[in-house]
Formats: sequence, C-alpha cells, structure tokens
Amino acid sequence: MLAVETITKRFGGLIAVNAASLKVNAGSITGLIGPNGAGKTTLFAVIAGFEKASEGRILFAGQDITAEPAHLRAQAGIARTFQIVQPFAGLSVVENIAVGAYLRHPARAEAQGRAREVASLVGLGAMLDQPASSLTVSGRKRLELARALATEPKLLLLDEVLAGLNPSEIRDMIPVIRQIRDQGVTILMVEHVMQAVMSLCEDIHVLAQGRIIAQGTPSEIAGDPAVIEAYLGQGAAKRLQRSAGMGENHA
Amino acid sequence: MSPSRAFAPALVLLLLAALIPVFVTANTVLNFIVFTLIIALAAQGWNLLGGLCGQFSFGHAAFFGSGAYAAALLQARYGVNAWAAFTAAIAFAALVGWIIGYLSFRSGLRGSYFALVTLAFAEVFRILANASAFTGGAAGTLIKLDIRPENFQFASRAAFVWIALALVGFTLLLTTAITRSRLGAWFAAVRENEDAARALGVDTLAVKLKAITLSAGITGAAGALYVQYYLYLDANIAYGSWISIEALIAPIIGGIGTPLGPIVGAVTLHGLGELTKLFAGGIPGIDLVIYGALLVAAIAFAPDGMMGLLQRLGRGKVTPNTTASTTTDAKTTGARTEGAA
Repeated sequence: MLAVETITKRFGGLIAVNAASLKVNAGSITGLIGPNGAGKTTLFAVIAGFEKASEGRILFAGQDITAEPAHLRAQAGIARTFQIVQPFAGLSVVENIAVGAYLRHPARAEAQGRAREVASLVGLGAMLDQPASSLTVSGRKRLELARALATEPKLLLLDEVLAGLNPSEIRDMIPVIRQIRDQGVTILMVEHVMQAVMSLCEDIHVLAQGRIIAQGTPSEIAGDPAVIEAYLGQGAAKRLQRSAGMGENHA
Repeated sequence: MSPSRAFAPALVLLLLAALIPVFVTANTVLNFIVFTLIIALAAQGWNLLGGLCGQFSFGHAAFFGSGAYAAALLQARYGVNAWAAFTAAIAFAALVGWIIGYLSFRSGLRGSYFALVTLAFAEVFRILANASAFTGGAAGTLIKLDIRPENFQFASRAAFVWIALALVGFTLLLTTAITRSRLGAWFAAVRENEDAARALGVDTLAVKLKAITLSAGITGAAGALYVQYYLYLDANIAYGSWISIEALIAPIIGGIGTPLGPIVGAVTLHGLGELTKLFAGGIPGIDLVIYGALLVAAIAFAPDGMMGLLQRLGRGKVTPNTTASTTTDAKTTGARTEGAA
C-alpha cells in the first residue's frame, strides 16, 4: 500500500531522516518505533506531505506521490493525526469531524451524518455539540482520530494517539484502533506505549538517529540486539545477555 | 437548525427596513440609512474574509476604492452605462482581491503580516490614485449628474435605500448560505487551524483565494454604490484608511463571523455616532470618541460582539438555571480567546 524508498530529510546541516525505507502492507497495522528524537514524526510529516523530502520517493498504491501537496495526499486516501493535537478550537465536536467528512460528502446533511457515525465509533457520540476546546486530553486524541477517519482514508497515519492517556484510557483505545483496521483501513502508527505496539502491530520498523535499524514482528523486534542498544545504550544488549546467561547457570 | 430558521430573522429584518422609506421621507434620515448600509456592505465583505476565514485585512480600502474608481472612471472617461459599470466594478474589485490574495497567501503570509501587507496595498493605491492624471489626481473624479433610472441616478433617496438594502440583503443570504455549506466549514477550518485543515484534504490556498475574491467583490460593490450615490470620488475617500477601519470595526462590534454581525455593528456605530452629534453637535470628533469607547467596551465585555451578547442574554432568559449557563459561557469565551491566541 505504502512504500517509502530511501527517504532523506535534512534541516540545514541536521539529517533528521537518513535514507529510511519501509513498506506498509494493505490491511496491516504497522508500527514505527524508536527512541526520542529518532525522526519518527519527521518521517510521518514527509509521508503526509507536510515536509518535502530532501531525497528519495514515496509510493502510495503504486503512484509516486513524493511531489504532491498534503491536501492532495488526503484526497488520495492518506489521513494523519497530529502528535500535538490540533483541534479547531472554536468549533463543536461534530463540526470538527464534519470538516473531514466534507472531503467525500459535499452535502451538509450527509457530511454531518457521517461525522456523527464516526464520532460514535471513537466514543465521542455523547459530546457532539460540545466545543472542541472543552474536551479532555483523551477526548482531543479521540477527536484527532475521528477527524482523520471521517476523510475515509485508505491509509491512516497515527502519531502517538495514545501518548498522554492513562492506562485505562489506553485499554479503551486499543480495541477502537483494531476495529478501524477491521473495517479495511491500513494503519501506520508511531507509538511509545509498547504494550499497545506489541499487541496491535503485525510488523514493526525501528528508527534510530534517522535510520531504520530493524524490521520484523513484535517478538523479533523485542529480541533484536540493535533495538535494545538503541533504547538502552551501547553494550546494553551484551550486558543483558550476560546477566540472563548467569541467571540460567544459577538455575 | 433547519434552513427556514437560519434565514428567517434576516428576511424579517430586511422587510422591516424596506418599509422605512415609505413612512420616513426626511432626507437626513434617508441619507443616514444609505450611508450606514454602504458601510454595512463594506463590512460584510470584510467579515467574509476576516470573520469566516480568519484572514484579518487592514486594507479593505483597496477593494472599496477599486470598485469605486472602476465605476466612476468607466462612466466619466469611457461613457459606459452606469449599471454595466457597476457590474464591471464588482468584477474588477474581485480581481484586485484575487491578485492581492494570490501574492500574499502564495508567500504564506498570515496574521499580522497579512494585515500589514493589505494596509500597504491600500496605501500604495491611494498614493497612485492621488498622483495619476487618469484618476483625476487630487482633484478627484465627478460623475455627470443626469438623473435617470437607466443612469443609476434617482430623484428620490428611497430608491437608493432599496438598492443598498437589496445588496446588503443578498450578501446576508449569501453569507448565511456559506456558513451552512462545505465552503463555510472549510473557511472555519482555515481560520481555526491551517495545518489541521490541510491534513483533512482542504486546499487552504484555494479556500483563502475564494474568501478574498468574494470579500473584495462585496466591498467593491459598496465602493461602487458609494460613488453612484455621491457622484464624486477622490483618492482619500476611495483608498483612505477610514473605510478599512469602518469595514473591520463594524463586524468586531457587531459579532465577528456571524452573518448579521456587520449590519448590527454598522447600525450601532453610526446610530450612536449620529445621536452624539445631535446632542453634542458642537464638539468636533465626538463621534470618534464614541467609536473608541465602544470598541474598548466590546473587546472587554463582549468579545463575540453584540450578536454574542444578545445570544448570551437570550440564553440567560430561557434557561432557568442561570448560573450554570453563565459558567459554561465563561468557559467557552475563555477557550475561544485561548484558541485565538
């Protein structure tokens, strides 16, 4: 569905993303993880068209979209959420979601109807007429998700939709994300909440210092020495192995 | 809200206003009404761009003046029929709007930068119009007095009241229709958060260009009507900052972003201005003092303008639990200011 081919993004002398390649298969939930500052959000911005790639190209459903502006990518079926939520603060919840729905439904009644459906899907059904600014953090995250979903995307880019939520809110959101995938939307998610990544994603890419350092299933990733080093520092994998080995000897 | 309920108050108000010239024949009153309606029309144009789409212009004189000069010069220099010149003037002002919009939005100007650029355009136009022989320079341009309906000149001021009212009414219906449409939702999205709008597939440049073109056309119509009514124009009237300020103060006082706001604001401002002149006539500039005081009061006590104030008072009456409704209101207003900041 999505193929990112050796994308490099430079900001002046800083290389935020360095020849990163990844593939997202249709119908999957693919994870993109990595330590803070690895370039995940930048890579997302490049995929969604908010930043221009310095090098490389992006294919969506076989089409080269590298040069297309963000709104055309949204029309083609790529929707994104923002890590720092960006609600239309002066509008109500249903009006917020309707802006997304208008992309495919030009008539007001249809767009608002669609917005209501999406709102109840993500659990905002009871707050339709509240101003978006009155929502809690978890409500705003749901609103981000709802607005993106209302554009009826083929590919949904979720940028840390679980960050800032408490454990019970995270437990509530996980089935919502799974349900969205089951309705036929492919998902690429940046996430720090490992419990969610491990339970949701079939395929994980790990980004560290702008490079993709590992790719595989959740269990492969969890045991990958390069990933452990990226998170815990150089030599950490060896130390862990040694201590694990000592533990076995004792037993 | 059903469509009939959304449009009803506007239509009732228009019908009532249309009856005024039937009962009132005093020229000063009709003069006041026509002038206030011209300001209201210019303000409606500003409101479409500033209120609905969030792009604050400080130079709507650029559009007012372009409409006025187009209408005046087509008649005075080329002998074009007044009605045709009026239509062409609206189109010309809209074109000027599109060009200024393309130049400034294309280069990503937002907020105060956009406001300053529009101000600069209006000032450049003013200086050029004042210097050029084509526009009549500092002496200005006169339209030949020839009172015939086919010349867009009428013996009775009532005719101008009705024409101005028809234009204001049409714009009111247009604005109401826009707020209830996809375009209106996109205007609001661009106003509230451009990045989020782009992520949802909104072509923000195209949306802003639509807003400024419509806005300029409407304010240009006000300029063309002005010159048709007074039959005289110079650069300081056409491109002077007075009209830029009138066009933005009326919606701010009346209720920014609401279809009725610019009209309520223009009527309030000029109504109070006239009343003060009546009672304190001798003191020069007293109406400007009233403007200032009203603006301060509006920003301090009614950030959503008269329309917001009316709505709050109305809700207070209907809801038995007044305290609860005031607290939610306070929250909403607080949050709105936050969002705006």
